[in-house]
Amino acid sequence: MAILGAINPMLSVGLDGDNAWRLADYVKRDGYSSLRRILESGIGQGDVINEVKKSVLRGRGGAGFPTGLKWSFMPRSFPGDKYVVCNSDEGEPGTFKDRDILRYNPHAVIEGMAIAAFAMGATRGYNYIHGEVWEIYQRFEEALDEARAAGFLGRNILGSGFDFDLFAHHGYGAYICGEETALLESIEGKKGQPRFKPPFPASFGLYGKPTTINNTETFASVPYIINMGGESYLEAGKPNNGGTKLFSVSGHVNRPGNYEVPLGTPFAALLEMAGGMRGGRKLKGCIPGGSSAPVVPGPTMMDCTMDYDSISKAGSMLGSGAVIVMDETTCMVRALERLSYFYYEESCGQCTPCREGTSWLYKVVHRIEHGNGRADDLDLLASVTTNIMGRTICALGDAASMPVQSFIKHFRDEFAYHIENRKCLVPVDVQRAGSGFFTATA
Amino acid sequence: MLTSESLKRIDREIAKYPADQKQSAVMAALAIAQEQQGWLSSEAIEAVANYLGMAPIAAYEVASFYNMYDLKPVGKYKLSVCTNLPCMLTGGVDAGEYLKRKLGIGFNETTPDGLITLKESECMGACGDAPVMIVNNRRMCSWMNPEQIDKLLAELK
Repeated sequence: MAILGAINPMLSVGLDGDNAWRLADYVKRDGYSSLRRILESGIGQGDVINEVKKSVLRGRGGAGFPTGLKWSFMPRSFPGDKYVVCNSDEGEPGTFKDRDILRYNPHAVIEGMAIAAFAMGATRGYNYIHGEVWEIYQRFEEALDEARAAGFLGRNILGSGFDFDLFAHHGYGAYICGEETALLESIEGKKGQPRFKPPFPASFGLYGKPTTINNTETFASVPYIINMGGESYLEAGKPNNGGTKLFSVSGHVNRPGNYEVPLGTPFAALLEMAGGMRGGRKLKGCIPGGSSAPVVPGPTMMDCTMDYDSISKAGSMLGSGAVIVMDETTCMVRALERLSYFYYEESCGQCTPCREGTSWLYKVVHRIEHGNGRADDLDLLASVTTNIMGRTICALGDAASMPVQSFIKHFRDEFAYHIENRKCLVPVDVQRAGSGFFTATA
Repeated sequence: MLTSESLKRIDREIAKYPADQKQSAVMAALAIAQEQQGWLSSEAIEAVANYLGMAPIAAYEVASFYNMYDLKPVGKYKLSVCTNLPCMLTGGVDAGEYLKRKLGIGFNETTPDGLITLKESECMGACGDAPVMIVNNRRMCSWMNPEQIDKLLAELK
């Protein structure tokens, strides 16, 4: 099944059949009616942007920036090429929602991009799809063919005089390309190293032309907003946090998977939908927004609601909605070691503080985990993070630092125990049992 | 160097981009060349660069930056296992260890018969399906418990 559970869903309605992703099924679900209405009833570009502004749709890729505002930065009257680009380079550990959107509802993304292109006066678009999901990329190509054949893409769409061409670009394994300017470099056929900003993509983007980049889920939400109206969409969530959102729940739960719920839904309700904690064990900690978001201790998390404001109050970020659940069998040092390795491996190497700093973070956490920690290592880690943060072109350096700071802040005793006793507070066989690998039958 | 079938596929990729932006097709073209040859030799990278009218070093920069390109020969099947945190919590690391034991090789090694290369991989964007692995960059395998891994290995002969 596409989505394992939902409360008042939009994006995941009617996706259970094998052909739900096809154009015919999408049209039966009212698909392309938003685009048709805009093009046939003479709704203006500004009206579309206003509707999106009213919905308070916030970027679903991680930053949570208001989408309507972003669209209004595009110079609509600029002559020449303009681009809309979809960021489906979903590689933030814990996040796997865009894969399911593209797998089960690709036409919602296509329609959303076409509406965005109309609103911003763009005539060409690309969807940058994560390298590891080849089958999804192939399906998206097929969906594009369907949309072209039906006249929803290409020249003179639905006889309106509006032209928009959309293509898929397949990534090949680089987390950094989820950063929007690295993604643009990558489409241009270069290594994916982020650009210095300003200029921002709205003035100097793909091939130097004005460009707007949004996440897959953001674009997919647009047709629903146009259909139901911005205000109704906002009301489906909570003030300042419009609409529903897909949450990818992974880790120590009984039913890992994607769940669509209104923003503002209690974390406890989401956890229950995901089948609750595996083996009925206790929640030790939770990373609520993908690996770059600070970890939140279990008891604090149980009091949160799933929206940008509540998670931010708890000292973390809603990010991409990737909820990584860790129970008491988790060694927090080992968990951080793996994350630190990830950022060290994926740093693009352009900025010295990040290139060198992520290596230091990994090496020091690694030696603590392996029984060679030194008494002043926690201070050393803190100092490395402050020397990375705010000193790099993109946010990867900050993303590598925030887990280190938050894990040590909330689980300091466990790190100190590791350093003092040269072993883990959680016995290795307990950790192993927690993963369930050798007992799995399904 | 590149077969006419590969060139035809590369042409389809070039057509996606503005006429003066052929270089945009380099990622796809390198992937196609790798599929044809099993890995990316310097000659293959140069052939791609020449076909797209870009400097060979620029194509090499791309080939060495993205981690799904293999700049050295790999086994007939490349098996990449995700061990990142969300997968680790649900057995990704254990699956890697299980494969190492079964195949008698470590990460970045190839079985003596040249059949399987084992790789540790970063997030594939499929954490809900953990443990996850990919065969030859193309086929994703989900929920890989010991039984499923045994079945996959039996199939890859």
